[in-house]
Amino acid sequence: MTEQFDFTTTSESVVHPRVDTSVFDEDVRADAKRIVDRYPESRSALLPLLHLVQSVQGHVTAEGMEFCAEQLALSTAEVSAVATFYTMYKRKPCGQHLVSVCTNTLCAALGGDAIYRGLSEHLGVGHEETAGTPGEQGSITLEHAECLAACDLGPVLQVNYEYYDKQTSQSAQELVEALQRGEKPAPSRGAPLTDFRSAERQLAGFFDEPAGSGAGDGQPGTADSGARQAVHGPSAAPETLQGARLAHENGWTAPAMPDNAELPPLPEKK
Amino acid sequence: MTEANAQQGSPASRETAPLTPVLTRRWLSPESWTLSTYEQLEGYTALRTALRADPDQLVELVKSAGLRGRGGAGFPAGVKWGFMPKEPSKPHYLVINADEGEPGTCKDVPLMMADPHSLIEGCIIASYAMRANHCMIYVRGEALHCVRRLHHAVREAYDAGYLGTNVLGSGFDLDIVVHAGAGAYICGEETALLDSLEGKRGQPRLKPPFPAQAGLYSCPTTVNNVETIASVPYIVNGGSDWFRAMGREKSPGPKIYSISGHVENPGQYEAPLGTTLRELLELAGGMKDGIPLKFWTPGGSSTPLFTADHLDVPLDFEGATEAGSMLGTTALMIFNETVSVPWAVMKWTQFYEHESCGKCTPCREGCFWLAQVLERMVDGRGTEEDIDTLLDVCDNILGRSFCALGDGAVSPITSGIKYFREEFLALCDRNEGARGTQDERDDKAGEHGRSQAGDPALAGAAR
Ligand SMILES: Cc1cc2nc3c(=O)[nH]c(=O)nc-3n(C[C@H](O)[C@H](O)[C@H](O)COP(=O)(O)O)c2cc1C
Ligand code: SF4
Ligand code: FES
Repeated sequence: MTEQFDFTTTSESVVHPRVDTSVFDEDVRADAKRIVDRYPESRSALLPLLHLVQSVQGHVTAEGMEFCAEQLALSTAEVSAVATFYTMYKRKPCGQHLVSVCTNTLCAALGGDAIYRGLSEHLGVGHEETAGTPGEQGSITLEHAECLAACDLGPVLQVNYEYYDKQTSQSAQELVEALQRGEKPAPSRGAPLTDFRSAERQLAGFFDEPAGSGAGDGQPGTADSGARQAVHGPSAAPETLQGARLAHENGWTAPAMPDNAELPPLPEKK
Repeated sequence: MTEANAQQGSPASRETAPLTPVLTRRWLSPESWTLSTYEQLEGYTALRTALRADPDQLVELVKSAGLRGRGGAGFPAGVKWGFMPKEPSKPHYLVINADEGEPGTCKDVPLMMADPHSLIEGCIIASYAMRANHCMIYVRGEALHCVRRLHHAVREAYDAGYLGTNVLGSGFDLDIVVHAGAGAYICGEETALLDSLEGKRGQPRLKPPFPAQAGLYSCPTTVNNVETIASVPYIVNGGSDWFRAMGREKSPGPKIYSISGHVENPGQYEAPLGTTLRELLELAGGMKDGIPLKFWTPGGSSTPLFTADHLDVPLDFEGATEAGSMLGTTALMIFNETVSVPWAVMKWTQFYEHESCGKCTPCREGCFWLAQVLERMVDGRGTEEDIDTLLDVCDNILGRSFCALGDGAVSPITSGIKYFREEFLALCDRNEGARGTQDERDDKAGEHGRSQAGDPALAGAAR
């Protein structure tokens, strides 16, 4: 699985000059340092760093792996072993948007397979392929996804990891056509839609720029900033609240808590 | 919300109401994910109580409440906490498993979106109890909105003095890091999760040593599920007797049952452990369009299938096990008569094949062969011997794999054949046309959307 990557050394912390990492500018390097600083041990930063790489380049490139290796004093082989293990790290340039259709059993039984087939035909691409020029407006990478933890809202799909619930072949096609026109229809649950790279920046742990700016300048969000809007993006589908609402309507509650619940005594020391 | 609701005449004929919202209680409140809403609704009151107690008292409390892990295996949380050394010689870690990926499971994601502070309060109490000054929340990468809400909530908690140095003046320090995964079901397995969190490929570790001895960075670590830890503040506030007033003797407490598939009102239903599918179906408005139930999972695809004969099985850890399955994650995927069992089993097997981490041979090779055979059968090119081959391969995976993913992978197959063998046989009889036509399915998908659309089933459905 690693053959798509070009790496030439396996020795520890060798910075070999053949791969140029200058595409990662000072700001990105500062971000990388902030990521590393979050963790007691630096290597834990590798997964978020790979998300950061994708936020800059739209996929994990040879330079990206070299960059991660430099930051963490790892070999590129160690980095590529990790990058190839996880499905969210894309090995080919990704479109402006990533459309992931759940085709696991439950969603598939409700129409997910048909949705995926429909989109695949419409876009003329298969799994992990891109319609349009990667990175350009309206370009779309399609993939089928495993269970997206939204089965009660199936069939679901995600665009850049924001949820679009209860889809039909028709609604999914309309959504994708809108994306191709450069529009950004709001998700059922999640933040106002941005693009794949901005989502990856958030997965790297940066929520401080207005959503959609993609600037990544580390400015803290102001009261009405995109970051705020993003946090407050919708989350509770009617299904999510189904049980809570039913209980409320019927006056069903958990037993009342005592006023002063006691903690057990300290266990005797052995 | 304080009115006791004894004797609601619930279909469960227990003393509690049919639904007992505890974890889901705040979900209806406006901006339930914000600190201000959380604080208005008793948020962070349990933390103050906990910080006045001795850490060991909290461990005892969780033990006596009988809280069992909500991530699938049901291990008693207090017992697990008790494995952590009492005198720290190395840093201790609490790691939250928020990697929700078991097919059918969809409870942690809505919980983290709706009420992230309950998880964070639970993290602080649990960390204090286990003398951990570091807590990591490993969130499934695809759950971006959860990552966002948690990140925001953690920041609010720092600003309010619930996190950081000297939490609420108690002298206890805690940092929480929200960490996004990158798409790998196996990273939900706790030791694979730890490797992943260390920046490696997410592959399971040999046990022992158990995480409490050598977990994250070889330090004492406890891994708990989101729902497990989010339950803790309520136990602190309500006490163990209150918690035990719900559920059953060995499986106490409320539980979020996630109902999906062919029911009228799918969704999240928080009910006492031990509630049956019959009761839950009634709450969920019954089967969609009245089409009869055919098969279902009690707790995700890794738990053996149940049928309409299991409507009255009490869905708690003991009840599900005694009836031949497992409680798992209480992910109730409900399939009606239009769905073909071999097709569903094939789809799940393809999932396990894709997600097998490749570390051990029985699972890596076995899942591949199982998928091949099932695909051939569903395609109408199977033979009767294929059924034996499937069972034989399953036999070589079950109990022989390095981690529980392999065991889970065989569950749909062995249970599917056990209850629906004739459907597999029927596939062998017809060697063509088993798939139905594409157009039929697409038409349906367009019309009914979520109901019976796209239906797979056509393959050999036993109508
Ligand atoms: C393949 C596999 C996937 C798992 N996925 C999850 C998961 O997504 N979330 C989770 O909490 N536990 C998952 N588990 C269970 C964990 O290994 C572990 O038992 C659990 O996190 C412990 O927490 P608990 O005791 O609070 O339930 C998985 C186990 C296996 C074998
Ligand atoms: S059982 Fe499967 S997932 Fe688990 S270690 Fe073996 S190959 Fe990996
Ligand atoms: S099966 Fe599609 S979200 Fe779970």
